[in-house]
Amino acid sequence: MCGIAGLIHRGKSSKVGHELQGMLQALKHRGEDSTGYALYGDTDGKNFIMRFKVGENVGEGSTSVAEDVSVYDKRKKIVDGYLSEMGAKIIKEERILPYSLRYEIQYDKKDLLEFSQKIESIPGVEILSMGKSLEVIKDLGNAKMVCDRYNLDKLVGTHAIGHARMATESGVDIKSAHPFWGYPFSDVSVVHNGQLTNYWNNRRALENKGMRFMSECDSELIAVYLAEKMRDGASLEEGMKESLTGLDGVFTYFVATKDSLGMAKDTMAAKPLVLYESDDLVAMGSEEIAIRSILPQEIDTYDPFDGEVKVWQI
Amino acid sequence: MANLKNVTKKTKAQAMGMHTEVLTGRTQQKFFNPDEAENFYYFGTYDVDFNKRTDLDVKDMTAAEANKEIDNLMSQGYGTIVIKNPQGKHSLGVGILNKLNLIFEGSLGYFGMGSCDGPIVRINGRVGWSCAENLMAGKVVIEKNAGSCFGAAIRGGDLICKGSVGARTGIDMKGGTIIIGGDAGAFTGFMMQRGRIIILGNVGINLGDSMYDGTIFVGGEIGSYGSDAVDADLTKSDQDWLNRKLKVAEIGENFDVSKMKKIVAGKKLWNYDNLEPTEKKGAI
Repeated sequence: MCGIAGLIHRGKSSKVGHELQGMLQALKHRGEDSTGYALYGDTDGKNFIMRFKVGENVGEGSTSVAEDVSVYDKRKKIVDGYLSEMGAKIIKEERILPYSLRYEIQYDKKDLLEFSQKIESIPGVEILSMGKSLEVIKDLGNAKMVCDRYNLDKLVGTHAIGHARMATESGVDIKSAHPFWGYPFSDVSVVHNGQLTNYWNNRRALENKGMRFMSECDSELIAVYLAEKMRDGASLEEGMKESLTGLDGVFTYFVATKDSLGMAKDTMAAKPLVLYESDDLVAMGSEEIAIRSILPQEIDTYDPFDGEVKVWQI
Repeated sequence: MANLKNVTKKTKAQAMGMHTEVLTGRTQQKFFNPDEAENFYYFGTYDVDFNKRTDLDVKDMTAAEANKEIDNLMSQGYGTIVIKNPQGKHSLGVGILNKLNLIFEGSLGYFGMGSCDGPIVRINGRVGWSCAENLMAGKVVIEKNAGSCFGAAIRGGDLICKGSVGARTGIDMKGGTIIIGGDAGAFTGFMMQRGRIIILGNVGINLGDSMYDGTIFVGGEIGSYGSDAVDADLTKSDQDWLNRKLKVAEIGENFDVSKMKKIVAGKKLWNYDNLEPTEKKGAI
């Protein structure tokens, strides 16, 4: 089933980590195999923030195979070496969990493709996000568990999207959890509720064009599909509109960039979405109760129609 | 099997001119003897007084707790209940088989007012997916917008949304009337079998797809017609009925119904009885 939620503050910042946690926790009955956050925090915009994992969470119903923790250290060491080789300087390093790390990196090159390919050539290492504002945090468990584990409650920013997952198309693991980073584009993330039925055809075509997939989760296709469109010069909104015919199946998805948030709904409107829009806040979720968790007062909400694409700026 | 064509005795409904067809195939149509009405007992109903009014704050209740409390209040004779702080909760007000004035001061989540028979409901907010699914009788009025599958499989009653509704409105409906003040999404009237849908605004793609019977009236633009949906002539009696319905629904004041499009099923049906359940009730 899965649940998605997102919000964007226009003209101000807020505790988006706390707000998104409330929204996703209200949707936990839609799935709590894993929960993921894509948070766009307030930063000075000078350095990249790289969230990456060197292993999987093997507890909490995980379908991953347990590894010796010492392997994580070895992988981290190789990552550090590669960063140095590529001229990336680690400004700040946080090891939040044995398998999950957050680096602030000074890196001057704009093309992240080569950078990402190098890092992810290390078996077991995956970049969850790379951006100057975006931080993707995802792990097994419900929204509150993940929020507490990664101390997201105090994160201040302008917008965020998140996902509460019931695993259907792929395993219970972090690599299949949403959000997906729009590799190799800085600060692009995607969450999806639904099922894509032309996943393998699209995947083969995109891989032939040099795009990369890290999981077998059909939702990852949306991030890769949009990234490829943008690589070819399309705007985010143009890519999203093309996805209505390029992607087959049922879907409602959100995509966020450094300064915008968008939604798209398939032409059969088979997946739910409720939307609240005001001058200073847009909030949306699979169910109204997600929005009510941050706006308990009576408000006007609506369902976007079939085939609708909308994009908001901060 | 008896040949019904040779049955000359008319039912009361036929004698009243409510329907004239001679059924030749299988039918589940049954007629009850009005003399036995006093023996009928409708499980789960209470004698209520509409002037006996109370408020119920459901902010800290689960849907099950709230619904049980509504039932409890009806058992005490309350005929008007105002629900405070519904806050988008799912499945509120389901399974009410009673005459009741029910007012929601706020919005409902999914499956609100499902499987009801008889209440008059006003929702001063929005409703999520599948509002009033399987409604048998009564009236449900939504002041704002509604989600998808609005009025799915309703068999009777009036379901009114003053705003816009999502996809698959009136899917599988078997009677009753759905009235939309704004726009409606894709696949409206999908597989509808009876009843009427009135949309004052625009409607999305595949309108009336695979419909068996029933009528859809559209005031605005139609995205596309579904399979089996065709245009029909809007008659004077259609216009009179539309004006009457819109007036009762307190919606579309001064709306020019003469410009509405009428859509019906284009397929030929066999072994099909097009009398509405509510009309059958009237025949008793």
